[in-house]
Amino acid sequence: MRRSRFPLVVTALVLAFFYLPILILVVNSFNPARFSSRWQGFSLVWYARLFESPEIWQALRNTLIVAVSVTAVSVVLGTAAAFALHRYGASRLQRVHYTLIYTPLVVPEILMGISLLMFFVAAGVPLGLFTIFLAHVTFCASYVAMTVLGRLQDFDFSVIEAARDLGASPWQSARKVLIPMLMPGIVAGALLAFTLSVDDFVITFFVAGPGSTTLPLRIYSMIKFGAPPMINALSTLLLAVTLTAVLVSQRLVNRRNSAGNPGTKEKFGT
Amino acid sequence: MGRKRRKGIDPDISQKRGSEPLRRTSDGRSSESAPGCRFDPILKRRRAEWLTSLPTLTWLGLFVVVPTVLVFVIAFRPANPYGGIGGGWTLDTIRSLWTPSYLAIAWRTLWISLLTTVICLVLAVPSGYSIARASEKWRGRLLMLVIIPFWTSFLVRVFAWKSLLHPEGLIKKALEALGLVGTATTLLYNPTAVVLVMVYTFLPFTILPIYAAAEKFDFRLVEAARDLGASSAQAFRRVFLPGISRGLLTAFLVVFIPALGSYIIPDLVGGPSGEMLGNKIAQRVFTDRNLPHASALSAVLVLAVLAPLIAVLALQRKAKKSDIIMGEAP
Repeated sequence: MRRSRFPLVVTALVLAFFYLPILILVVNSFNPARFSSRWQGFSLVWYARLFESPEIWQALRNTLIVAVSVTAVSVVLGTAAAFALHRYGASRLQRVHYTLIYTPLVVPEILMGISLLMFFVAAGVPLGLFTIFLAHVTFCASYVAMTVLGRLQDFDFSVIEAARDLGASPWQSARKVLIPMLMPGIVAGALLAFTLSVDDFVITFFVAGPGSTTLPLRIYSMIKFGAPPMINALSTLLLAVTLTAVLVSQRLVNRRNSAGNPGTKEKFGT
Repeated sequence: MGRKRRKGIDPDISQKRGSEPLRRTSDGRSSESAPGCRFDPILKRRRAEWLTSLPTLTWLGLFVVVPTVLVFVIAFRPANPYGGIGGGWTLDTIRSLWTPSYLAIAWRTLWISLLTTVICLVLAVPSGYSIARASEKWRGRLLMLVIIPFWTSFLVRVFAWKSLLHPEGLIKKALEALGLVGTATTLLYNPTAVVLVMVYTFLPFTILPIYAAAEKFDFRLVEAARDLGASSAQAFRRVFLPGISRGLLTAFLVVFIPALGSYIIPDLVGGPSGEMLGNKIAQRVFTDRNLPHASALSAVLVLAVLAPLIAVLALQRKAKKSDIIMGEAP
């Protein structure tokens, strides 16, 4: 049967549309010209400027402090939640649990940001790195839960029963059998949580206080107030870091699943 | 959290059942040891369920449910002059939303979001279709190519477009060279720029659910329709599109809902003529420091987000029923 070429053409155009802006940005990060339309030879001048900026280093430090602690807490929360959702999925409690976990994935970020800000103001919590941490865990835990849940779908629980029959306590069977077998999912979830925490802007913007500027907040003010081409260099570095994290996590998620089943699909509730 | 867990559940269990099964385990294992499980599997199961669910239930209850309720409460509170929340109750904030300028913003938010969603769907259907029909090897590669951009920093992507559309940027210069726009035209800071960048950021989210639906679609149905005399356009419209309706609905939601709450994109490329509801919320928080006003606007946004969500869930339930009638494999 003759198949129309039209969908393929659209797909090719869509992919070009996706990658061209990013590509131009990366190329421009090596362009010493102040405006991107003129190429003036390869140069690392913007990278050098970037490394000399103390604000960037401070922002990077804040970002990493938040991201590491967020990852640690949300991995524990998310993995426990995924286990509960999978094991006791039919109960009414788990239906409520699932809705709660799903909420941060669908609610527009600005609503989460504003509601958390109201909450912290009403509760008298001073805004700063700690409130950013609390806010990030709130959505990162859900992403970890969904990633680990995807991994649990093809987990064979008879292995756990076998361990229990052989005399392992539930704690032992969880620690020695379940968690090692779920490790790829947990690591993928951890990388996801880390990436999301490093990248989050909107929610952070609302709950950040004086002195708690993270990298995205820094980038935002650089974009907003007189975009120097330094952002190109910073963006390129960020792209390199996130892409590495994503490729590693995708590989881990897909190790069992077929290549055509990305772990991120749970996000869309299909 | 730990204290709560102990208070809430443990006494319940130990009072009802006593700690008898626990004592019988002579090897000094924890209370969750295997023999205990054999004595009272249902209660043990419930206990383990609560133990694993309670951390997230508490966390999300505290940081999602309580704050959302708070937004609705604060919307009815007056503002105090120090940028905080005053005492007493008032309807003035809610009333003040019913002004032409806010209605204009609400209308713009709605049409920008709808237009973005429609463009995304129009581009995503052929893309999702061709990925689903590609060979096994290419399918994985194409999916990866679709997924990668939405992992890159959101701000970076918006910035990339901002510099492309900039008066000195590549697109502007290229269009000028082609004689399509004059030097005076600005590509930035208008609603069109907002829609363009929104399509760019949301398109990957649209392609994935449509691909997922198309992958499950039985393409022999299209062949059958063609054999029965349908043109390819008819087969596409009357067989393929209804077949992937659930994917279309999901795709609609994953674009339309975040689009309604857009804030960065209109803020960076929209300018005053491209402002959306999210910008107004942020302005009330950061510029005027009027939290009740920001809350009232957010409450409107919550309701605006819930409406399509509930509508689509109802539609999906209907679609599920018609699937059964059509005898499709689940």
